[in-house]
Amino acid sequence: MEAGGNLLASLDYSVLQQCMHCGLCLPTCPTYVETGRERNSPRGRIALMRAVADGELAVRRAFGEEMYYCLGCLACTSACPAGVDYAQLFETARAEVERAGVLERPQRDAIRWFTLRLLFTRPRLLRLTGRLLRLWQTSGLQGLIRRSGLIRLLSARWAELEGQTPAMSRVNSDALIAAEERPAGGPSRYRVAVLTGCVQDLAFAELNRATVDVLLANGCDVHTPRRQSCCGSLHAHNGDEATAAMLARRQIDAIDPFAYDAIISNAGGCGFHLRHYDRLLASDAAYAERAREWSRKLKDVHEWLVEIGFRRPRETGAAPQTVTYHESCHLCHGERVSRQPREILRSIPGLELREAREANWCCGSAGIYNLTHPSTAQWLQGRKLGHLQATGAEWVATGNPGCHLQLEAGARAAGSALKVTHPVALLAAAYAAEKRTLPGMTPQV
Amino acid sequence: MIAECQALLGPDAVLTEPEDLIPYSFDGTAALKCRPRLVVFPRSTEQVAAVLRLARDHGLAVVTRGSGTGLSGGSVPVPQCVVLCLQRMNRILELDERNLTLLAESGVLTQEIFDRADAAGLFYPPDPGSIKISTIGGNVAENSGGLRGLKYGVTRDYVIGLEVVLADGSICWLGNKCVKDVAGYSLRDLFVGSEGTLGVITQVLLKLVPKPAARQTLLATYGQLEAAAETVSAVIAARIIPCTLEFLDRQTVRCVEAYAAVGFPLEAEAVLLIETDGHPAAAAEEAERIEEIARTHGALAVRRARDPAEAARLATGRRSAFSALARIRPTTILEDVTVPRSELAAMIRLIQRVARESGLQIATFGHFGDGNLHPTFLTDERDAAEMARVEGAMRTIFDEAIRLGGTITGEHGVGLAKKAYLRAQLGDASFALLKSIKRSLDPENRLNPGKIFD
Repeated sequence: MEAGGNLLASLDYSVLQQCMHCGLCLPTCPTYVETGRERNSPRGRIALMRAVADGELAVRRAFGEEMYYCLGCLACTSACPAGVDYAQLFETARAEVERAGVLERPQRDAIRWFTLRLLFTRPRLLRLTGRLLRLWQTSGLQGLIRRSGLIRLLSARWAELEGQTPAMSRVNSDALIAAEERPAGGPSRYRVAVLTGCVQDLAFAELNRATVDVLLANGCDVHTPRRQSCCGSLHAHNGDEATAAMLARRQIDAIDPFAYDAIISNAGGCGFHLRHYDRLLASDAAYAERAREWSRKLKDVHEWLVEIGFRRPRETGAAPQTVTYHESCHLCHGERVSRQPREILRSIPGLELREAREANWCCGSAGIYNLTHPSTAQWLQGRKLGHLQATGAEWVATGNPGCHLQLEAGARAAGSALKVTHPVALLAAAYAAEKRTLPGMTPQV
Repeated sequence: MIAECQALLGPDAVLTEPEDLIPYSFDGTAALKCRPRLVVFPRSTEQVAAVLRLARDHGLAVVTRGSGTGLSGGSVPVPQCVVLCLQRMNRILELDERNLTLLAESGVLTQEIFDRADAAGLFYPPDPGSIKISTIGGNVAENSGGLRGLKYGVTRDYVIGLEVVLADGSICWLGNKCVKDVAGYSLRDLFVGSEGTLGVITQVLLKLVPKPAARQTLLATYGQLEAAAETVSAVIAARIIPCTLEFLDRQTVRCVEAYAAVGFPLEAEAVLLIETDGHPAAAAEEAERIEEIARTHGALAVRRARDPAEAARLATGRRSAFSALARIRPTTILEDVTVPRSELAAMIRLIQRVARESGLQIATFGHFGDGNLHPTFLTDERDAAEMARVEGAMRTIFDEAIRLGGTITGEHGVGLAKKAYLRAQLGDASFALLKSIKRSLDPENRLNPGKIFD
């Protein structure tokens, strides 16, 4: 087999060698737990990657399917005492699968072109799509078609997919957030940029508003550049490194990392990828330095709030609420932010945090995994909902829009009353409650 | 063979494609791999027996496997073999609270056995480092040890019955729930630690003990390795048997902290992790006496775990030691020489000398309380010259262990990794006896051939 173009063969071999196949990752890997087969486990996949790098295994369809059966949840990296960089291995392996073209099929190619190359590289088009979806959802047409069962006549798969389309926000983030906002009354201690994301922007623009409110309440000058692009995480995780690099350069052009104390992400799925711009652009002389600074400044919103010593909301006599916390995979296993969202939740007066079993297991959303592997995604969604419901909490808080949508869809399917939110939305609500109950009081930082 | 296995077990229980086989080419042992011909997943003892008869008909070797976490190559395939993976035989069949026994199929995870016993107020003490994923069948086949060996013994001490399938497909029950039983040879004991070479263990009957009411965890820090070794000797000489008495050297402490940040002191040359358990008053009194002995034997600091959560974090940190050491160099080769406890300091000094003279990186941790050390070579399998030096250093360490009245392996087994050194430890007559037992039980050398000896 030719090693020339093989991306796994050209990877630093020590990254592959780092895995000493002790097996401690096995019980934490959802796909291994689902099948009990080694090839569906982290150490099994790494063995396959190493066999490809060593020229002992040709990249065939089976290899490609295995790399895409992996959720990329990175639970294995939290479990791994040896410190294997699975994220790098996994992205390289997927890129190699795409390079070798072993999964090419007209339908898959068309979907990949439409989502990765078209929709998620063009912010205006993405927003237009969002508006059309919103029109579909609010015009009554969606309800009519759903009730009539027409869509089911077309295809059961389409009906399933349509059922998963997120409810679109009324407006987008740019309409809710000014390009520059300053803390009212209080002093400015920090200068931060807020990333609005794409799914977050389309489906949860109000959460972006809440993020800005919480930052303002904690003495941050907040800059929110207009019409932001996709961060490229979807592309990097799906083997399209070139587009990922293009989108990273675009982000850095829009937001100069040297101008801010922090660049804030409120989405775990994006945040983890955003932190790796330094690696992605390491060999791009024009961007490498800014990319390093970018990675240094990139903070998850929870992490940043705890780092700057966020203000605990005051007691307002608000009704008690019970909340459980679901960890976004890339937030906890990738960014290693796990303690901070809980600290924020516990700071809220009247809020009781109830831990769920397997809180750091994937919910099955995993980027576009719920679209590509619906049965595994649904199994994980059901397992997750079971654990969340067992806590008896009214709310589940989570730090990633993909998880948010997956949990909402799961609750709907299970007929559960569980409501989904983001820790920062609850914090923003607690700050807002202070203003209502203690009028005229200016927030002190 | 493939078609017959598929007909017998169903198509989803037989793997034959390279993408499926490569991940079954190794276990937890460094630098050993071999691709099998096929992997099968039986669901019952009868299916295991049928697979063994098929293998006999086709003249194929059979390598039994659980979760593949072994550390001596015991479940590494041999060329053209059938891997018999017992993972789907994963039911706990009975928890007998009147006789304090638990009956499980071989593929049950050891952690599940611990949890099931724990929920009933009972205790299954053996806790190998891989407890969360290793199977009970694998633990019995390797006679696994763990952190509690000092007070509670090893897997063998809890096995009171076994169901075993022999190479010819016959099914035997060995042992029962009786506390006493001298009817015939103790054949059950022959299979504990037999590393898959004598038969396939399909069910395990385990003895459970009452759960200790209380536990105390101490962490003692030392500026010198010898001081830690002397503390251990003094604790044992004072007639105190702690539940756990673990040791980690500087290198190991640093790697574990990098992974788990459990609060081990980074500046220490050595730390001891000590646990006492039992009646609350007894556990507390023993902990106090140990603390005093540690201080009078040169401990720089001694601290107690504040709560069970901190104690669990420290134990988890210790359990991750081997894997965490993989952070330093590409290849991590773990040994487990064991010596009488009175010879610990001598063994430690030799390992230090070997490291110095060979220029190799050797980190050491282990179960100080039972004399079981884990000198770990941090090396690179692609560097042939360095690997030759590792080989030489290993032999020196093994020779010294044998000279001190110790063993080349305390808890990992001989497998492939240590078979070259076995005869030197056993002597010719004992070695011949071992082989004659193998020949009488498996005359065609079908079960895990080439393991323990050639």
